Amino acid sequence: MDLGADLRAELVRAVATTIERHAEELTTLDQAIGDGDHGLNMKRGFEAVLADVANLSAKPWPDFLKGVGTMLVMKVGGASGPLYGTLFMALGKELPAEPTRADLPRAFRAAIAAVQARGKSERGQKTMLDVLYPVAEALEAGAAEGPAIARAAHAAAEATIPVKAVRGRASFLGDRSIGHMDPGARSSALMIEAVASVLEKA
Amino acid sequence: MDCVGVVIVSHSPKVAEGAADMVRQMVGEEVPLAWTGGNPSGGLGTDVGQIMAAIDRAWSNAGVVILVDLGGAETNSEMAIEMLPDDRRAKVLICNAPVVEGAVVAATEAAGGSSVDIVQQTAEEYSAR
Repeated sequence: MDLGADLRAELVRAVATTIERHAEELTTLDQAIGDGDHGLNMKRGFEAVLADVANLSAKPWPDFLKGVGTMLVMKVGGASGPLYGTLFMALGKELPAEPTRADLPRAFRAAIAAVQARGKSERGQKTMLDVLYPVAEALEAGAAEGPAIARAAHAAAEATIPVKAVRGRASFLGDRSIGHMDPGARSSALMIEAVASVLEKA
Repeated sequence: MDCVGVVIVSHSPKVAEGAADMVRQMVGEEVPLAWTGGNPSGGLGTDVGQIMAAIDRAWSNAGVVILVDLGGAETNSEMAIEMLPDDRRAKVLICNAPVVEGAVVAATEAAGGSSVDIVQQTAEEYSAR
């Protein structure tokens, strides 16, 4: 598969597009159990990444991913900035300059560990980790088809609905957080779907 | 002798500025103090770059403590600390304390010339009362 600048630019555009398209939905989810800014924050972050796509995508994979992560850290303005920023920066650190699909499961697993440390959270606490871990497991089990990975991600996001939040602003709500999908789980699933569908065609 | 600096980080610039006003009036001018609030578009939230700039404004060779309000303010402050130069990073501590009371208590302790660890500890002990 071609792992060049065009592919990196296409990934950025695909993720930015899905975030833009679902910004209002993410904000609505966040108004239910968070501080109501997740959609706007993610949109601002990925608009900044998109504005710099020519420059970022010209860099090799590790620097490209670090650049995307740093941009999210600086532009998002909520906790999701450092969390997603850490995910991308850690992926950049873990992947070799010319990665293949075989490098992805291990790098993704390491990046999730970095996100977990940054958020001082664990799986099962109604966060983005509840989507990232099942996706890591799907990758490790050899899932290579975009739709299968996307299905795993969306099912995992749905599964956060009955969970009680114990991290972040949602944790103040206690039992009232039950019955709402976690906005970070939703944005993770959307991004994974976008990435998986681009990589499948690559 | 350098006093430890105090940085106030709130989602709301008004809260951050108001807390800083209280520190100035109650503690005085000798403690380096800076505040920041608001996301990169000016709405409620926090901004890693602005937190780094506030740490720089309140910089002291004795170190800096940061008071934060909710979730993202803490995560973004941790990120800002990690992005500091190596020689500064270890001297910046986040206090697990309420932002207004913690800032006043931390600044009072800092004005007495305490180390950054003691300033952090004092602010956190106050909040545990």
